[in-house]
Order: sequence, then C-alpha cells, then structure tokens
Amino acid sequence: MNYIQFLEMRPEISLLAIFVIIFTYDLIARGKWRHYFHPITCLLLMLHTGICMSESYREIDIFSGMYYTNSMIGILKTILTGGTVLLVLQANKWLRSANTTHKQGEFYTLLLSTLLGMYIMISARHFLLFFIGMELASLPLACLVAFDKYRHHSAEAGVKYILSSMFTSAVMLYGISFLYGTTGTLYFQEMTSGIDGSPLQIFALTLFFAGMGFKISLVPFHMWTADTYQGAPTVVSSYLSVISKGAAAFTLMTILIKVFAPMIEYWQIILYALTVLSITIANLFAIRQTDLKRFMAFSSISQAGYIMLAVIGGAKDGMSALVFYVLVYIFANLAVFGIIETIEHQTRSNVSRDDCNALYKTNPRLTLLMTLALFSLAGIPPFAGFFSKFFVFMSAFKAGFWILVFIALINTVISLYYYLLIVKAMYITPNETPIPTFNSSKYSRISCVICLAGIVLLGICSFVFEEIDRISFGM
Amino acid sequence: MEFTISILALPLISFLILALAGMKLPHKVAGGIGTASLAIVAILSYVTAIQYFGAGRGADGLFPTITPYNVTWLPLGETLHIDMGIMLDPISVMMLIVISTVSLMVHIYSFGYMKGEKGFQRYYAFLSLFTFSMLGLVVATNIFQMYVFWELVGVSSYLLIGFYYTKKEAIAASKKAFIVTRFADLFFLVGILFYGYYAGTFSFTPDVRLLASAGIVIPVALGLMFIGGAGKSAMFPLHIWLPDAMEGPTPVSALIHAATMVVAGVYLVARMFPIFIEYAPEVLHTIAYIGAFTALYAAVVACAQTDIKRVLAFSTISQIAFMMVALGVCTSADPHEGGLGYMASMFHLFTHAMFKGLLFLGAGAIIHAVHSNERSFMGGLRKYMPVTHITFLIACLAIAGIPPFSGFFSKDEILTACYSYSPIMGVFMSGVAALTAFYMFRLYYMIFWGKSYYETELKKYQKGEIAEKPHAPHEAPWTMTTPLILLALVSCIAGFIPFGKFISSNGHAYEIHLNAAVAISSITLAVAGILTAAFIYRKDSNRVILSVKVQSKKFIIAAYHRFYMDELWLFVTKRIIFKGISRPIAWFDKHIIDGFMDLLATASQAFSYSIRRFQSGNIQSYCIWFLHGVIILALILIFLV
Repeated sequence: MNYIQFLEMRPEISLLAIFVIIFTYDLIARGKWRHYFHPITCLLLMLHTGICMSESYREIDIFSGMYYTNSMIGILKTILTGGTVLLVLQANKWLRSANTTHKQGEFYTLLLSTLLGMYIMISARHFLLFFIGMELASLPLACLVAFDKYRHHSAEAGVKYILSSMFTSAVMLYGISFLYGTTGTLYFQEMTSGIDGSPLQIFALTLFFAGMGFKISLVPFHMWTADTYQGAPTVVSSYLSVISKGAAAFTLMTILIKVFAPMIEYWQIILYALTVLSITIANLFAIRQTDLKRFMAFSSISQAGYIMLAVIGGAKDGMSALVFYVLVYIFANLAVFGIIETIEHQTRSNVSRDDCNALYKTNPRLTLLMTLALFSLAGIPPFAGFFSKFFVFMSAFKAGFWILVFIALINTVISLYYYLLIVKAMYITPNETPIPTFNSSKYSRISCVICLAGIVLLGICSFVFEEIDRISFGM
Repeated sequence: MEFTISILALPLISFLILALAGMKLPHKVAGGIGTASLAIVAILSYVTAIQYFGAGRGADGLFPTITPYNVTWLPLGETLHIDMGIMLDPISVMMLIVISTVSLMVHIYSFGYMKGEKGFQRYYAFLSLFTFSMLGLVVATNIFQMYVFWELVGVSSYLLIGFYYTKKEAIAASKKAFIVTRFADLFFLVGILFYGYYAGTFSFTPDVRLLASAGIVIPVALGLMFIGGAGKSAMFPLHIWLPDAMEGPTPVSALIHAATMVVAGVYLVARMFPIFIEYAPEVLHTIAYIGAFTALYAAVVACAQTDIKRVLAFSTISQIAFMMVALGVCTSADPHEGGLGYMASMFHLFTHAMFKGLLFLGAGAIIHAVHSNERSFMGGLRKYMPVTHITFLIACLAIAGIPPFSGFFSKDEILTACYSYSPIMGVFMSGVAALTAFYMFRLYYMIFWGKSYYETELKKYQKGEIAEKPHAPHEAPWTMTTPLILLALVSCIAGFIPFGKFISSNGHAYEIHLNAAVAISSITLAVAGILTAAFIYRKDSNRVILSVKVQSKKFIIAAYHRFYMDELWLFVTKRIIFKGISRPIAWFDKHIIDGFMDLLATASQAFSYSIRRFQSGNIQSYCIWFLHGVIILALILIFLV
C-alpha cells in the first residue's frame, strides 16, 4: 500500500492536527492559560475552515477507490466545519459555567472526532470505511449528549441515544452484510453492477435505510430524537440537528445514487413514504410542544423530511438543493438554538414557550433575530429559507412527485402556525415579568450576527446557489 | 468608468449609516454625512459626464453605450435573465447630472429648512435612500432593474411624504401616493412580463425578429408600461396623488415631486423610445393626446389654487405633460424629420428640473418665513426677502418661456415639434404655454406684490386690535439661499447648452435652431399671459377682475376643486370597487378560504392529540417501532411493488 496517499486527505489531516493540539493543550495548560482555551480553539477551527475551503476544489480518488472527494464534497465539508465554528462560538458561556469548565477540552476533542467521522463518512466509497466513519460520528456524540451528567435528563438522554444508536448500527450492519453476501464486494463502484433488486437486496436496502433514517431522524426511526434533544446540552442538540443531520442526508443521497441506482423505484417508494410520514407526523407533534428544545426536535424531524424531497429525484439539481438547504438550515437553526442557549443561561432551566412571553420588551434585538430565524425555517420570503424550500420543491417537482410536493406545501402551512406561535409569544402575549434584559457573550453575539447575515443574504445573493449548482452531481 | 459604481454605493452607504446609527448622531453630523456623500456623488457624476461626452462619438457617429457593471442576478432561462448593473448612455448620463445636482442642492438647503426638526437624521437617511434608488433607476441596464428601483423610489417617496407622521393629512397623502402609484405599477409589471415573455429578454435592445413576430403584444406591453409611467409622472387621470404629496417637507417636494422622481415616467418612455417608434407609433401618439389634455387640465386647475405649493404641483403636472407630448408627437427616429420631440423632451426635462427645483426651494423659503402655505398670509414679500424674490422671478420667467432663460429654449423646441406633428396640436400647446405664464405670474404677484399681510397685522397691532405682535418675514439663512442662487444661475444659462449635440432621437448630433415663427408667437403669448396676470393681481382689488370672477364663479370653484377628480376616484373606489367587488371577495376569503384553514388546524390538533402516546419516552417501545417500520417497509417493497 502506498502510504503517501494519506497526505492527500488534507482536511482530515488538518482536523486531526487540531485535535492533537487541543488535546495537548488541555493536558498542559494551567492557570490563566485555561482562559485562552476557548478563543484558541475558535481560531484554530476558523483556520481549519479556511484550509477546508481552499482544499475543496480537488478531485481525489485514493486507496483504490475507498476514499473519494470532489468539489461538492469539499464544499459540504467546509459548510459542516463552518457550522461547527458557529456552534463552538455559541457554546462559550456554557463551556465556562462552573460544572463544565474543567472538561472543556473533552468537549472539543469529542466534537472534533465526530466531525472527523462525518468527513470520512461523506468521502467513503467503501461500506466498511463508511461504517467506521459513521460510528466515529455517533459514539462520541453519545458522550456529548450525556455531557451534563450531573443533570438527570442529560444522562438519561445519553443512555437513550447510545442504546438506540447501537441497535440501529447492528441493524444497518446486518443490511450491509446481506449486500456483501449478494454482491461479493464492499466497494461502492463494484457493488452497483451486482445490484439486481432481489428480495434479499430489498431487505438489505430497507435495513440500510433504517440505519440512515435513524441518523437523519426520519419517522418511524425518529423516536430517540425528542428525548435526546430535550435532555442533551443545547449546544449538542443543535449539533445533532444540523451538522450531523446534514452529513447523514448527503451520505444517504450519494449512496443511493452511487450504489442503489438500479433499485431506484424501490428507494423512491421508501423515500416517498418516509417523507410524508416525517413531515406530517413531526408537524403534528410539534404543534403540542411547549418546551422549546423538544419543539425544535420535532421541527428538525419535519425539516429532515423536506431535505428528503431533494434526495428523491436522485438528480443533479436535487443534490444542489440539498446542500443549499443544509447550508441555510444551519444558519437558521443555529440561530434559534443559540438564542435558546442564551435564554437558558438566564432561566437556569429548560426554556418553555411561556418563558418567551413579551421577550420583545426586554431584548428586542434577540427577539428580532429569533423571529427572522423562525421565518426562515418556516420558509417566508425573502429570507433564505424560502429559497431553499423552493429549490427543494422544484427538484422534487421536476422528478415528477407533484403530489408529494403538494403534501409538503400543506405541511408548510401547518409549520408556519407553530413557528408563529413562538413569534406571537415573544411579541404579542402580555407578560408582566418578562426575562430581564441581558447581554449574551461576545462570542455568541458574533455567531448570531453571522447567522443573521446568512439568513438574510443567502436568499438574495444568487451566486451562492449558482456556485453549488455548478459543482453538484447526480445519477 | 468603473468608478461609477461608487455613485450608487455612496448614497446607499450613507443611508445605511444614517438609518442604523442616525439617531445617536448629532443633527449636524448626520446631515453632514448625507451631504458629503452627495457632494462626492455630484462630483463623480460630473466627471462621468465629462469623460463620457469628452470621449467623443464612435465611428458610427453615436455616443457608445457603456456598461461598466452588469451581473446576472436571477437567471430565468436561456436568454431571459434579470441583471443588475450600470449602463451609461447620453440620457442616463444627463439624468445623473440632474439628479445629483438637484439632490445636492436639496441636501444643503435642508440644513436650514429642517433645522431643529425632530427626526432630522431620519430625514437625511430617507433622502439618501431616495437618491440611491433614483440613480439606480436611471442607470438600469434592463427594464426589470428599472422596475426594482422604480418601486424603491416609490417607497422612499412614501416615506418622505409621510415624514411628519403625526400629521393626519401627511399620512393620508403618503398612503394615497403609494396606493395610486402602486396601482399604476401593477400595469407596468404586467407590461414588463409581456415584454420579457415575447421579446425573450428584459434588456432595452431586444432581438428584432422576436419583436416583429410578436405582433400586437408589443404595443400592448408598451401601453401597459406607459400606464406605470403615467402613475409616477402624474398623467391624467392618475395625477391625483401629486398635489396631496405636497404635505411632505418642501425640499422633498423640490427633489422628488418636481425634479426627479416624477419625470421617471418620461424617462421610461424615452428609454423605450426606439421600440415605441418602431413597433407602437399609435401608442406613442395616444401618449401625446393624454399629455396634451393633462397639460391643459393641470394649467387650468393651477389658476384657481390658493396654496402656493399646490399651484406648483399642478404646474409640475402640466410641465411633465409637455415632455410627454413632446415624446408622443415624434413620428420618426430622425430629429430632422419628426423626431425632434425626443430631444426637446429631454431638454425640457433638464431645464424644468432646475427651474422647478428652484421654484419649490423658493416656495420653501417663503413658507419658512411666513409659516403658511396659503397665499392670504403672503403679499408684498419682495421687500423682506430680496434674494428669494429675484431667484423666484428668474424661475418664473424661465417657466413662462421668456428668453434668455432656459425654459424658453426647451419649450420652444417642444412647440416646434408639436407644430410639425399637426398645427392643431401646436396651437393647443401654445395656448397652454400662455396659460402657464399667466398662472405662474399670478402666483408671483400674489406672493411678492399686493398688500402685505404682515403690514396689515402690524397696523392692527399698533391700533391695539390684536394682542400679539406679528413676526416680520425675514430672508432665509445662507444654507437656503445658496442653492437658490446656484439654481437661478443654472436656469439663466442652461438654455444655451447645445443640447442636440449630446442627445437626439437617433443619437446623431443635431444642431438646435430656433424656429422664428414659433419663437416669436410663443414669446408674444407668454408676455400676454404675464401682462394679464400683472393687470389682475398686481394690485389688490380691481373692478374688471371682480366682475370676471363673479361671472365665472362656478367655473373657478370647479377648478379650485380640481374639477372633482378626487371625488370621482373616491366614488369609483369606494362605491364600485369596494362594495361591488371587494366585499364578495372578502366574504369568500373569510368563509371559504379561512374555513379550509380552520379545518386544517382543527384536524391537525385533533390528530396530534390522538397520537401523542407514541412518544412515550420508553426506549424498548422505540426499538419496537423501529423494527416494525423496517419490517413493514420491507414487506411493502417485496410483495406489493
């Protein structure tokens, strides 16, 4: 084997290097150096984002086709990394709180290992490598979910996540073994020719799909989502809802179009059913939630359904719609979670919708950002969310699924209702004692401003989508 | 010419700064930022003009059309895309000069006029926004960009008319302006879409073959676009918003409702002129008739108004109508054979912007001094406000068409064009021109001559009839008089610009020559108008005028009420549209559409309640659901597909 090939995996190497630096820093830094831990990590991650971006326009095919990257994959990695940077910025206050500050380093290292896992997962062109990447992305996440272990909920959420995650991994591995059995290979490229749609392969496809559905949290594989999101530290819920989901959705699409292309009519049916179920059921649950994190969990399930609309055609424009959707979704969702995080810091408990009552009076700017982010999530023009939904619908429409698009459209109306409930609470519902005016940390403010810029500008600056569209690929 | 981007960028930046941080800035700093950025814009515009016209004509004898910037903003199809960019050609460069000059004057003037007003910073922010939008409109590279900025100027006009938002009339006026122009813009948009669909592009230079094959659609599209232009340019019967718009601060009226925004409609027709003349000459001539009627209507109404700003507003409507007529009477693209009107229209646009801006700014100085718009509070002001008096007189002479002031030259070209189209049109427009001279000097004499309101009040005070001593009218501060003097200078010399050398209908140089018959007759008519006005209004009461007034009382009252056009509109909207159309639609919306939404809501609530048990929090049941999901999916796929 030619070990020089490792040097081609530059984003991974850079990430690993940062991992090592942070790990070492955590071990040796004492006293006032601990204070610089967070800023240094942020800087390193930003640097890494830059490296990722500069490295993205390359097509690499190494280890006899096991690892593959092109400009689209590179861009997605950059987007995920950028999202992680925003997330770490938002985590500032939480990381410095008394219970967490001594294990800051653990948080970073665990976070970075999951990110590395996602990199590998996206770039893998071999089921074993893909599986390793996925596990690397999941297992540290379980630790992160249980990070506030002194809190009962967090621990419980961690247990639930790791148990269901193990369960799904086993199911998925079972499916992959069937595939190996019928085709005799694990390389994506070689496997395609052996895919013929025999019942065994259909069963394998379903099992594999269930595993991915778990990661993306599609109904009926979504059960863990609400409990985990609610219990996990807000930053981790946020990470689960955007970064992890985005990576998994992209991987699902590439595997479907690369490996399962001959079985397109089968997986389109699965996607059809799961999309309808996810969007509708998640919406129905979301209406009843008053705990904001639990509410966002259901919102993220229904958003996952919308993302699947982009996958269903398996075409080039679906891929670009997917990546654009993920990009926009990262900004909007991180803004919402970031605000929940800051409010949580004031109330010292989980935030419910009633906590937001009349928040407008005391924290007008925060409220405005929250409103815009919710508008974007609901898909109200001219915010970016409208355009991302539009492209996703267009791609499904072009693939001929117009009934599906219609169902999704009706659901956007329902989703508008529950997103606006929060806006209504913040602006209209009277409240004698709203949460008093507070200042969030500088870091989280930077992150909020970036999110705001993303929400407002991504829809207007058409070149972003055009660029993504230019480099995307399909079946 | 890459620097032209900063012509657009500077006002935008100034707007953003003032809008975001304005209220924290002191008045002077806020005004300073706006004015400084505008000063740079004005300099850059002059540099652009000098470079552009200085570069000379190309080999084909035309000034080249330069596009320093053009980005595709929204690609819609193979050829159809919406661009954003900057296009320089003779008329857009001319408009750059007009807008930046008047806007700069207004910026300086407002320092004095708006001094101490609440919301001073907001005012300057809106001015910057307006200037940005207007500049973006004229340099648009395609009709859609023009439409985008067209709406932006509409918004900034709305914001500025309603600047005194505590005043009920101002709010009503701003709403009226917005709704009426938006209504007209609807047609504009439909026209653009037709045009885009059939011409396959939004650009001003479409594929000739497509246009020719589109048949009747192109004239229809152009006609619809003109309705949009008629809304902005206050053509009858869409003029009703402009007189009310005078509720805004007077410098705003000078900038937006006299010099720049209201001529956007004229500019639009001029922009589309090559297509008009080639594919829709009938539409163009219809525009001429609409314009001619508007010119007469507005001039008659102006004769009966007592509010000085209203007089100026109707005069603006009438003068814009002159420009429209000039465009409409063109029969070919050659200025020597029936295409003179295009040049005349642009020339008049240029000179009118200067002298009408001056008139409004002068009126502002007067209002500033006597604190009222009504003529009864004025009279005899020439002694108290010498600078305003002289500059106002110059502007009046210019608009009346007395040589050597600028209005004479441009109006003369318009009349020549009208005569060459048809003698009737020429005679008609000459008559309106005489009427213009009459009502302008009526206004002039009422303000500056006659019995002084102040002196009457002072006498009453000395006799002890009133308790409070009246304020003496005073000349405006230098920030306000400087723009007056500068604009008066421009109005004196602008007529001597060899305008045809820069702008003409087919782009080739055209030597302006005065038509002696037209010139002499129009001067005679103007002088007659002025003399009549002097005879009637110079002294206060006059027996002849009283008897005329008594005999035509009904007519004067009708004219004062603008021939009841507003009432007619109210009748149409309130009685016919609201009652006949809107109410049934409202019922349908409330009961059928909302009912469906309510059903959706109730159904989802009920369903959501019934499935809440699935999310039990029990991990074993989660795994069971997971497995069930897998098995059911697999069974469906294997046995049913």
